[in-house]
Amino acid sequence: MIHPTPPGTRDILPEEMRELRALEAALRAAFEERGYGEVATPTIEYADVLRQGDERYANAAYRFFDERGDLLAMRSDMTIPIARLVATRLQDAEPPFRLSYIANAFRAVNPQRGQMREFTQAGVELIGAPAPEGTAEVIEVLSAALDAAGLTRAVVGLGDADLYSQLLAELGVEGERRDLILDRLATHDLVGLELAVDEVEGLDAESRATLLALPAMRGGPEVLDHATELGGEAVARASQRLRATHESLVERGVADRVRLDLGLLRDLGYYTGAILEVYDPALGHILGGGGRYDSLIGRFGRELPAAGFALYVERLHVAQSEEERQEGGEA
Amino acid sequence: MPRVVDLTRAREGGPLKLALPRGALWGETLDTLDRIGVDTAELRSDSRSLVFQSGDLTLVTMRPSDVPTYVEAGAADLGITGKDVLLEQRDRIVYEVLDLHYGACRMVLAGRDGDTALDEDERRLGAMRIATKYPRIAERHFEETGRRAEVIEVKGSVELAPLSGLADGIVDLVATGRTLDENGLEVREEIATCTARLIANRVSHKLRAEEVDDLVERLRPEGR
Repeated sequence: MIHPTPPGTRDILPEEMRELRALEAALRAAFEERGYGEVATPTIEYADVLRQGDERYANAAYRFFDERGDLLAMRSDMTIPIARLVATRLQDAEPPFRLSYIANAFRAVNPQRGQMREFTQAGVELIGAPAPEGTAEVIEVLSAALDAAGLTRAVVGLGDADLYSQLLAELGVEGERRDLILDRLATHDLVGLELAVDEVEGLDAESRATLLALPAMRGGPEVLDHATELGGEAVARASQRLRATHESLVERGVADRVRLDLGLLRDLGYYTGAILEVYDPALGHILGGGGRYDSLIGRFGRELPAAGFALYVERLHVAQSEEERQEGGEA
Repeated sequence: MPRVVDLTRAREGGPLKLALPRGALWGETLDTLDRIGVDTAELRSDSRSLVFQSGDLTLVTMRPSDVPTYVEAGAADLGITGKDVLLEQRDRIVYEVLDLHYGACRMVLAGRDGDTALDEDERRLGAMRIATKYPRIAERHFEETGRRAEVIEVKGSVELAPLSGLADGIVDLVATGRTLDENGLEVREEIATCTARLIANRVSHKLRAEEVDDLVERLRPEGR
């Protein structure tokens, strides 16, 4: 008899579970060691409450009514539930808060592409510590977590979510044209980006060159020098923000695994300032991401700067086994 | 002799892997590779092998519609395929890094010569019946233009659909328009112009940035 489970969900058997639990234990120890206490929040929340943090919860994958007729939703990440927790349960406590989690989240991805609809995220939130030190601390914890997972070759991409939109504002690009350009950048369509930029009226050659050059600028701190040469107030300010973070990363001894990336733009609506993506050479997909979200907790009534990251535990596991296989093959 | 899987699996130090589309773009893709100094003699003479080693590149050959699949998963660092394929698979997360400007085709809505069935369907039945190999492009086009269509996906010669009465119109890729002419069909609307594009894996674009950018510059059409 075959009794199916819903698309994108699966059973886990002991052999895999043992490895997953070992990985989670290593991550949990790395978080705890740096003072990030673990929290849990409900798997289901009121849809209205989640929506307050991110409008897109209006389209959450799994929504349903309870017996009283209230609309509930399954969380698609842990950042919004923790923002709610901080603004309510910790409203009288003194920040900063260092919180960690290892929890399942739910998204309506296409399961035929090796993505699961129920998946495990491991991450931290540092709430009440502003940039640049707060951002750098989060990257330091991220680096420790990657080491704890045995992924010593993994790399963190660091960009700035506000750079491109502030540059467009400086150049007077607004409305639909602006939204189109940002959408092209967020969807990695660099050909479409060039077409959209070329349709902006009254753009001088220098500004056009800046808009097209930034998305390809990625590498070490020299990237910031090159960017500053392009000129402009927005680029200068973003470069300054990134430089300050990078200097703190150097002091913390984790700058080597960070690549600056001025083309980075994540499609999550709540990021402000720094954004992160995690790559490992053994895997074609990103291992996780994060960044700053200084206005998110405020949406729940408490103005606090915040930053965090989330790693996909199952992908870490795949990367681990790929790394082991490659090491085995080379030995 | 290295095993194929060693050549093809993503590796930090190994040659960049480029996915190539067999099919309509095949000839011009090989000409483009010749132009940047990649030896394609073996690809031209051997039609059965799937993986080739040429200079500093590993070349893997496949159907054009499979290219985004391999590149998204990192089984290839880069790939060449048509914009039509990318539009149809628009939820795939890959970097679209370069317009190669060859293989230009138009994605069009076509109906029978002088036939009013398309407009009539929309007026009287509220939806047009459209056959296509590109259901997502078709649906999006009608959605964006505020109309409804009953989109029927077919795999083979789509021109057969309006001739046999399966549908009143088609959404398809047209190069010269000769196939439409021969089957008594005419272009009604143009949806998009499609050329060959270079795409890159999200992780390769970051971790092998210099090599990727170098290949992009070499492949960039002259004068652009």
